[in-house]
Amino acid sequence: MMGATRPSLGRIAYLGFCTIVFVFLVAPIIVIVPLSFNAEPYFTFTEGMLRLDPDAWSLRWYREIIYNEAWTKSLANSMIIGVSATVLATVLGTVAALGLASSAIPARRAIMGVIISPMVTPVIIAAAGMFFFYSGLGLGQTYISIILAHAALGVPFVVVTVTATLAGYDPNFNNAAASLGAGPWTIFRRVQFPLISPGVISGALFAFAVSFDEVVVMLFMAGVEQRTIPRQMWSGIREQISPAILAVATFLVVFAVLLLLTVSWLKRREEGRA
Amino acid sequence: MAGPIKLSDGPGYRAKLRALGLVAPLLIFIVVTFVAPLGTMLLRSVYDPVVADALPETLELLEDWDGIEPPPEAVYAVAAREVKRAETERTLGQVAGRINRVQGGLRSVITRTGRELREIEQGPWRESMTAIDSVWADLAIWYAIQTTGERFTARHYWNALDLQSLPDGSVVRQPEDRRIYLRLFWRTLMISGLITLLCLILGYPIAHLIACSKPSRANLLLILVLVPFWTSLLVRTTAWIVLLQTQGVLNEFLVTIGLLSDDGRLAMIYNMTGTIVAMTHVLLPFMVLPLYSVMNSIPLTQMDAAASLGATPLQAFLRVYWPQSLPGVGAGALLVFILAIGYYITPALVGGSDGQLISNMIAYHMQTSLNWGLAAALGGVLLMIILVLYAVYDRLLGVEKIGLGG
Repeated sequence: MMGATRPSLGRIAYLGFCTIVFVFLVAPIIVIVPLSFNAEPYFTFTEGMLRLDPDAWSLRWYREIIYNEAWTKSLANSMIIGVSATVLATVLGTVAALGLASSAIPARRAIMGVIISPMVTPVIIAAAGMFFFYSGLGLGQTYISIILAHAALGVPFVVVTVTATLAGYDPNFNNAAASLGAGPWTIFRRVQFPLISPGVISGALFAFAVSFDEVVVMLFMAGVEQRTIPRQMWSGIREQISPAILAVATFLVVFAVLLLLTVSWLKRREEGRA
Repeated sequence: MAGPIKLSDGPGYRAKLRALGLVAPLLIFIVVTFVAPLGTMLLRSVYDPVVADALPETLELLEDWDGIEPPPEAVYAVAAREVKRAETERTLGQVAGRINRVQGGLRSVITRTGRELREIEQGPWRESMTAIDSVWADLAIWYAIQTTGERFTARHYWNALDLQSLPDGSVVRQPEDRRIYLRLFWRTLMISGLITLLCLILGYPIAHLIACSKPSRANLLLILVLVPFWTSLLVRTTAWIVLLQTQGVLNEFLVTIGLLSDDGRLAMIYNMTGTIVAMTHVLLPFMVLPLYSVMNSIPLTQMDAAASLGATPLQAFLRVYWPQSLPGVGAGALLVFILAIGYYITPALVGGSDGQLISNMIAYHMQTSLNWGLAAALGGVLLMIILVLYAVYDRLLGVEKIGLGG
C-alpha cells in the first residue's frame, strides 16, 4: 500500500509526545549529575561549564561529602538500618508468602489486606503513630524501633514479589522431591528455595530500597545519632542547600540504576526458567 | 483470626494449620509494629485525659452547674486547689494548652492564675481568681473546662471537619475565618485528582508505546520508566528544585535565550505548581507500570483485525483497545490517587505555602502546634478516605496486585 511506510501525522505527533514524556521522566535525574561537578556553589551550569573549561569542573563537592563525618556516619546508619530491616522483612515476608500460596489458607483476602496496609497507609500517619507507640515503650530514638518500622514498611514488597514468583512455581516439584524421600525442610532448602530465590532477592532489594529512601519515619523517630542519608539530605534541602547534596544525589542515582539492573536481570532469569 | 477450624475438615485441616502457621509470624509482626501504633494514634483522636486527670473534682461539681450564671464559690474553691496542684505537678501548661484550643487567650489566663494562686492561702476564691483575671467571672472559661474535661470526645473530629460543638450540645460550622481543614481536604483531593489525570495523560501513550514495541526496545524504554521509579524520592525532589528554582537551570536557560528578562524569572517551585510538577514526576511510574502490564496482554493483531473490518485507527482504538486497557487505567489511577492524597515529603520540600497537602497539616500539628488530638483526627479522616479507595481497589482488582504492576 502507498504511504504505509511513511508515518502519518498522527503517528509523528504520538511519537513526539512519547519522547517528551520520556525526557520529562529522565532528564531531571540526569541533569543533576554534571551539576554535581560544578566548581562554583551554584545550581546551574556556569559559562565555564558550558565551554567545557576544565577549571569550571571539579570534584570539590565529592571531597566535601567524603571527608564530612555527618555524611559518612549517615551512610553507615543507612546500611545498618537498611540491612537489618531487609533481613527481617525478607524472612518474615518469604515465609508468609509460602503460607499464602497454599490453597488451604483461610481468609486469604483479609490477611492480604492487613499485610499490604503499610504500603497504602500515608506514612505520615504511621510515623506519628509509631512515634507515640515506641516512645511509650521507652524505645524512642533507638535503632531497634527504626529497624522495626522500616521492616514493616518494606515487608509488603517482599510478600507481593515472592507471591508473584510462587504463582509460577510448579507444586509437582515438591511432590517429586517428597516421593524421593525428602522431608518438608529439605524440599524447601534444596528444591523450592533455589527456584524462587530470584523473587526473594528482588523482594529483598525492594525492601532495602524502601528503607534506604525512607525519611518520614526518620523525621519522627530518629535522633541525631540515627541520622540516615535521606534524613541528612532532608536537612540539607531545607536548611543550607549546597551542591554537596548533588554529589550525594549522583551516588544515589548510580545506586538506583544498579538496583534496577539487578532486579531486571533477576526477573529475566526467572522468566527464562518458567 | 483463623475462624472456627472444624476437626471434621479432615486432611485439609493440617494443611490449613500449616499455611496459617507460616503466615502467623508476619501477621503478628505487622499487627504489633504497624497496626498497634496506628491504633494508638487514632485513639488520641477520641481520647484525651489530661484535663480530666488534672481537674477531676472541679469537673464533678460542674456537672451540677446550671450554666446560666457563674458557678458557686464551692466550685471556685475546688478549682483553685486543683489548679494549684497542677501548677506544682507541672501539668498546668498542658491543661492550659487544651483549654486554650477551645477558646483562644485562655492559656495565659490559666498559667498566670496558677502562678499567682500559689501566694494565696485563704478564700474567698471567687474574688481572688476574678482579681487575677476577670475572665474567671465569665461563663466561657467554665464551658471550656467542661468541654476539654471529657475523656472521650468527638471535638477533635468536629475540629477536623470545621465544626464546633456548642455548650448546648448542638454542632454548628466554624465561623467563616476558622474553616481551614475542609478546604484543605478539598484542595488535597483536587490536586491529587489533577496529578492523577496528568499521570494518565502522560502515562497512557508511553505505556502503549512500550507494549507495542519489539521486546528489545520495550526493555530499553521500560528502563527509562524504572530509573525514576528506583531513584530516591529526595533525589528526584532535589532535581526539580535545581531545575525550577529562580536561579535554576530552566530559568537560567530561558533568560539566556532571551525568552525571559532577568527580573521576569518564573516562580515554578515553592508553590502549588512545584508540588504538581514534582509529584506528577514522582508518581508517573506508578501509572505506567500497571498500564503496561495490562496492555502487554492485549493482542496487537486485534487492531489489525479491526482495521481489516473497516475500522479507522481511531475507531479501532476506541472500540477495541481502550476498553481492554481499562483495568490498567483503573489500577494506575487508583494507585496514584491513593499515594497522592497521603503525600508528605514532596509538598513539604517544594510546595511553598499554597502547595501544602493535608499530610503537611498533620505534620504541623504533630511537630509545631503539638495539637496531637487534632493531628490524629485529621489522620483519621484521611485514613477513612484511603480505606474507601483501598476497598474499591480490592473489589476491582484485588489488593495483591497493588504497586508493582507485574
